[in-house]
Amino acid sequence: MNRVDLLTRSEAMARPASIAVRDISVTYPNGFTAVRDASFELGPGTICALVGVNGSGKSTIFKAIMGFVTPSAGQVQLCGLAVDKAVSMNIVAYVPQSEDVDWNFPVLVEDVVMMGRYGHMNLLRIPSNEDRRKVDEALDRVNMSAYRTRQIGELSGGQKKRVFLARALAQEGIIILLDEPFTGIDVTTESAIIDLLRELRDAGHLILVSTHNLGSVPDFCDQVVLLDRTVLAAGPTAETFTQENLERTFGGVLRNFELSGHALHEDDDARSLNVITDDERPLVFYGVKKNKKKEGRPDRKGGE
Amino acid sequence: MDPLAFLIEPFAYDFMQRALGMSLLVAAVCAVLSCYLVLKGWSLMGDAISHAVLPGIVIAFVLGIPLAVGAFVAGLACALLTGYLKYNSRVKEDTVMGIVFSGMFGIGLVLFTKVETDQHLNHILFGNVLGVTVGDLIETAIIAGGTLLVVLAKRRDLLLYCFDPNHARAIGLPVNVLHYGLLVLLSLTIVSSIKAVGIILVIAMLIAPGATAYILTDRFERMLVIAVAVACGSSVLGTLISFHINGATGACIVLVQAFAFLMVFLFAPKRGLWPITRLFGRGNGGSPDNVRSADAP
Ligand SMILES: Nc1ncnc2c1ncn2[C@@H]1O[C@H](COP(=O)(O)OP(=O)(O)OP(=O)(O)O)[C@@H](O)[C@H]1O
Ligand SMILES: [Mg+2]
Repeated sequence: MNRVDLLTRSEAMARPASIAVRDISVTYPNGFTAVRDASFELGPGTICALVGVNGSGKSTIFKAIMGFVTPSAGQVQLCGLAVDKAVSMNIVAYVPQSEDVDWNFPVLVEDVVMMGRYGHMNLLRIPSNEDRRKVDEALDRVNMSAYRTRQIGELSGGQKKRVFLARALAQEGIIILLDEPFTGIDVTTESAIIDLLRELRDAGHLILVSTHNLGSVPDFCDQVVLLDRTVLAAGPTAETFTQENLERTFGGVLRNFELSGHALHEDDDARSLNVITDDERPLVFYGVKKNKKKEGRPDRKGGE
Repeated sequence: MDPLAFLIEPFAYDFMQRALGMSLLVAAVCAVLSCYLVLKGWSLMGDAISHAVLPGIVIAFVLGIPLAVGAFVAGLACALLTGYLKYNSRVKEDTVMGIVFSGMFGIGLVLFTKVETDQHLNHILFGNVLGVTVGDLIETAIIAGGTLLVVLAKRRDLLLYCFDPNHARAIGLPVNVLHYGLLVLLSLTIVSSIKAVGIILVIAMLIAPGATAYILTDRFERMLVIAVAVACGSSVLGTLISFHINGATGACIVLVQAFAFLMVFLFAPKRGLWPITRLFGRGNGGSPDNVRSADAP
């Protein structure tokens, strides 16, 4: 389509997934700078959590990665390509925090999920058998197959969210951006989705998820970016997702229960139990303070 | 009156055959566009473009170029000007649109009274479907047919653009092309309809069929089919009625469409005020009327 380079989608998809955010600042039209000098880089086969308080700029970062807002400084590259190019090649799937659509539209759940496949179809958008299969699969993965012929407005809030998640899955982008996918989602579906994200990661996808569920971050995210209108820390979960960094990120907003000494043990023991929560799933640190090991966390991976 | 004669007799006349052909063409293309206008909330945009066409027609006459070209340029100019003014001021779109199109309509009326033309203002405003020539018919067939073909070929992209422009952008669709494409197609539709229903009444054809179909179904493809069926049926009936009562044809077609909308609004199976299924099918739900409610899941 473009003369710059004749890279096809399949060639672009064959590249290892990557996101490079370099020193971006985003200023909204009202003059408010939501993000300043933010940088982080992510590679293939990664699930990365984007963590920060309300208004810390998580959604803004997503919009900058999608090219929905243009950074006033710095640049974003996806798979080594400029944002516009990467998006026009349909290699990024994005589920926004909330959908701004007309819920009375005459489209069914399956029609909406099929919309995720348009980039794979010919110009008339006639679905192939493969497109249909991917739609079935995506609906199945978010437990929404039973609702496939419902009109889109006739769903509960969480069900609507799952449909849009299914649409992104059906799109099969090599980079997947999920802005708070778990809010309003029940626990069964959440763990089904997390399992699915792990599968996608193992297949080489790069997944960026913003979430307030601090407790589940160490559970399934390999990397973490901590945000407060700029990047406070970024790196592997074990090194970055520490109590100090979280205290810096959340200031006084988090609840922090510390149980130690005789409240916890009969004997003298230097270890303490720290429960950190912003009222979603709590994050539990158990051990000597500053210890980076993740004892005491729920570990769903079992025998890995 | 003999019902067969009621149906057959009028079409013994050539001018009635041409009138019917013309109104069917216009009804079909307007019905398809009306589905998008109703869903996108662009009804006023249709009204604006159709009024704004008037100065284009007069200027085209003065310059000696095809009237359809002048009309198209003026209609599109109205849409673009509206977009520009909205973007560069804090005034809401419908407000800007109201100013732009009434202004352009005013210019058109003033120009019309100052320029000697062979056109009748009434025919431009309300159409003159009984007076169409074979040439008119061919011109309309080309514009309306081309528009119809493009809209139907790109119907899914256009639908996605109306439903969720952000997702359209996220999967790499050219959102600007779709936006302006839809405006161009709308302008072409209006231009092709002027001879049949005129610039005042075309808005009815651009809203009623889509609105009627919207109440009846939850699937877009069915909505298209229903809208076209309602519009074409209304065209046939409206043309016949106008022949027998000797009334304005465009107005009769529009009246029949409005009546169809009213019936559906009142009695539609799922969303009507008094659903017909409940009026007749109470208890056993197996009345033949239910067959018509093809959309029950
Ligand atoms: N369109 C906009 N115009 C002006 N300011 C905006 C706009 N959108 C967001 N902001 C501001 O930018 C800052 C960052 O917003 P953003 O939506 O990125 O936060 P977030 O981290 O996603 O928060 P949350 O956890 O509530 O989703 C906020 O202070 C917000 O008020
Ligand atoms: Mg947000």
